[in-house]
Amino acid sequence: MSIKIENISKQFGTFTALGNVTLSIPSGELVALLGPSGSGKTTLLRIIAGLETPDSGKILFNGEDTTCSHVRERSVGFVFQHYALFKHMTVFDNVAFGLSVRPKSTRPSKAEIRDKVNDLLRLVQLESMGNRYPAQLSGGQRQRIALARALAVEPQVLLLDEPFGALDAQVRAELRRWLRKLHDEIHVTSVFVTHDQEEALEVADRIVVMNKGKIEQAGTPDQVYEHPANPFVLNFLGNVNLFHGRLSQPGSGLHAADGADDNAVSYVRSHDIEIDRNQQDATSLRAEITYIQKLGPAVRVTLAIDGNTGYVEAELTRDVFQNLGLKQGESVFVRPRQVRVFVEDYQI
Amino acid sequence: MQNNSNATITDRAQTEPAFVRRALVTIALIFLALFLLLPLAAVFSQAFEKGLVVYLEALKEPDTLSSIKLTLITAAVTVPLNLFFGVTAAWAIAKFTFPGKNLLITLIDLPFSVSPVISGLIYVLIFGLQGWIGPWLQDHDIRIVFAVPGIILATIFVTFPFVARELIPLMEAQGKEEEEAALVLGATGLQTFFRVTLPNIKWGIIYGVILCNARAMGEFGAVSVVSGHIRGMTNTVPLHVEILYNEYNYTAAFAVASLLAFLALITLMIKTFAEWKVRQQLENN
Amino acid sequence: MKLFKRHNNVLPGFGVTLGFTVFYLSVIVLIPLSALVFRTMGLTWGEFITTVTAPRVLASYKVTFGAALIAASINAVFGVLVAWVLVRYKFPGRRIVDALVDLPFALPTAVAGITLATIYSSNGWVGRYLEPLGIKVAFTPLGITLAMTFIGLPFVVRTVQPVIEEIEVELEEAAVCLGASRWQTLYRVIFPVLLPSILTGFALSFARGVGEYGSIIFIAGNMPMVSEITPLLIITKLEQFDYRGATAIACVMLLTSFLMLLVVNLLQKWSRRYAE
Repeated sequence: MSIKIENISKQFGTFTALGNVTLSIPSGELVALLGPSGSGKTTLLRIIAGLETPDSGKILFNGEDTTCSHVRERSVGFVFQHYALFKHMTVFDNVAFGLSVRPKSTRPSKAEIRDKVNDLLRLVQLESMGNRYPAQLSGGQRQRIALARALAVEPQVLLLDEPFGALDAQVRAELRRWLRKLHDEIHVTSVFVTHDQEEALEVADRIVVMNKGKIEQAGTPDQVYEHPANPFVLNFLGNVNLFHGRLSQPGSGLHAADGADDNAVSYVRSHDIEIDRNQQDATSLRAEITYIQKLGPAVRVTLAIDGNTGYVEAELTRDVFQNLGLKQGESVFVRPRQVRVFVEDYQI
Repeated sequence: MQNNSNATITDRAQTEPAFVRRALVTIALIFLALFLLLPLAAVFSQAFEKGLVVYLEALKEPDTLSSIKLTLITAAVTVPLNLFFGVTAAWAIAKFTFPGKNLLITLIDLPFSVSPVISGLIYVLIFGLQGWIGPWLQDHDIRIVFAVPGIILATIFVTFPFVARELIPLMEAQGKEEEEAALVLGATGLQTFFRVTLPNIKWGIIYGVILCNARAMGEFGAVSVVSGHIRGMTNTVPLHVEILYNEYNYTAAFAVASLLAFLALITLMIKTFAEWKVRQQLENN
Repeated sequence: MKLFKRHNNVLPGFGVTLGFTVFYLSVIVLIPLSALVFRTMGLTWGEFITTVTAPRVLASYKVTFGAALIAASINAVFGVLVAWVLVRYKFPGRRIVDALVDLPFALPTAVAGITLATIYSSNGWVGRYLEPLGIKVAFTPLGITLAMTFIGLPFVVRTVQPVIEEIEVELEEAAVCLGASRWQTLYRVIFPVLLPSILTGFALSFARGVGEYGSIIFIAGNMPMVSEITPLLIITKLEQFDYRGATAIACVMLLTSFLMLLVVNLLQKWSRRYAE
């Protein structure tokens, strides 16, 4: 089912959670709403679910206006950030809940419910856990039960609020891959909220970057990463260095800001900065290494560029770092591989 | 005091020297024994002073039996009403935000800060002969004060906040995610309440109800004002205790009082258990 | 109602439950209490003042508030001690003692009243040992203080206890690491944290004592000008069909309770001043 969000706005008191947001989600896609906390991503998700009512605007499911229909009638599956499993029910009863509360006329028989629940428990690889209570499960298992429960009612749309937020790093990575695989199998239109850009880049078909109640950019992971629409998106999807003034590409070093370029800011991702012992060409800048930080497979080098205030961070692979044999306090040359220039008074 | 071994230093971070500890525990226990245990023991000792036969004799007296009946009726009306109120109030206050919420909570707690005597007086001022609608009631031969309805009203007033004040913080702490999950899964409002909310607040309800019941059965001041003290008619158990005591019938007074003391002990037991259950449930969150 | 609902959430029943809450609250509590205020307004200012400042009434204030003040002070000291002992120290029977602290809540006041009167009368379990020392408890203001202490004790313990439970161990460890003695830690780190709850417990205990009736009248002796508490005076006036007098005094008491409620609320706000 496709989802269309038209001019949605939502205020909480004086705080604008969403300001006139428009977005369309094609059927069958897995979409990530990515943004910092307070960007309005969870509010948007809850409005799609019908858990929150927008102040203005429309939500269309398959072209049909559902803005005023009750959450019960929307046939959405919602996975809550802290799972919201019913603590007093067994895992089985949790998954069966959505089916067992249907009115008699549409409720499946006991046997049908049992089969369906067992199928779902198998799908989430927890078929032996049916008799346990949520408190007896690990975080990752609870997460999968919450997903199974949401899927039991055969939702047209699956909505997940920070689905991996409360898990530790390893389980998180595992579940991430598992969710992607699951989506490839069941193909239900899914939207998940996250503040983790890696998670969004890895799992989603499409990423919607949000900030301060607005959508900054929507596109495939490659689009938003390679062609960020603005400095916010660029910055949110990876570490970035900024230079005031226009950094030519591939040109001749750092120009002093002049005339029309008053507001120009050049952005270079840290892994797009090359370090060399010799000056390559005019774009190379002399810099002094002020700090070296080893981060597992990568090494982060902080440099002070001559004649420029502020610092630049470069991320090198361990190999490159070792080949260069860099030391703190050394004088080297840095050269940006790829520069993005935005001419606007945009503050990150 | 000066001891430099490591164990003692970490110990000292959180506690006092052993002799201070022992002294404080002793003082506290003596104080509690004198103030709590002694009166409790005295009730039963006085009640059984002249033997079991006299004790049972006192309880079998018709006036005593009718006072027990009235107390049971009062509790049977009061507790369900305040339970229903407590649950609805807690639902509205804990699950929704609206202006004036804090004022509403304060007003619900109000009966606890009003003297029991005033709690009775206000109903006399409305329904009594010199009261607002007293003359009208008399014309229609309806008796409220100095009769059973007055006793029930005053009891409802003094036990008003018990269930609500227990449930409001509990339901606030539990949040509304589970209810939202139930709604998304297609449950109706009532299904959500009975199948998701109710199991979660069960022990909170039991806690509130048991305290509400204890106070309803034991209230003295408020009931005393509206009762009219008609033996065998408008005397609740606590009022009957007073009458027996004032008639110097001490053994009978304490025999009846021992029933109430027994009720208090059972209340404390159930309350402690319910409290433990509620804590456990919240820790599971 | 519809407006709030749209703004808040999809949970059903807001209008109905809030409506019933306000209705029941009004019928049972607000309207009857306002009757008291309206009836008092039937009096002229002069009549009101004369009634509530008559010598016998003033004497009853003195007895009631004085005894409640002493009782609340005793409870503030011993209540904190009991709470501290219950939270911090392990000793046999701790759980039973903990449960027993609520006895004054659970024991009907009339039972407490006749029992205290019996224990402390001149031939009672305790009274017989006090009498030779020249201490008379039953039928004196001392007895009133005693009864008020009994019924007020749980208030202090139950407001202070959770605060002690929540004190982080790290707080004390930090103090010790910084070189504080145990006494300094208690006095400068623990006590300021506890103070708002101690004062709240004190105020609650005081308010309860001022309004208390059942447990006091049996032990008080009820001598006008000496050991007659204000709630009893209201009942006496009522029994003499002096409705105006009863109402006026009750109104003063009600205002006092509101004042205490305000104090408690302010104290609670104050106790949360460092909360995040």
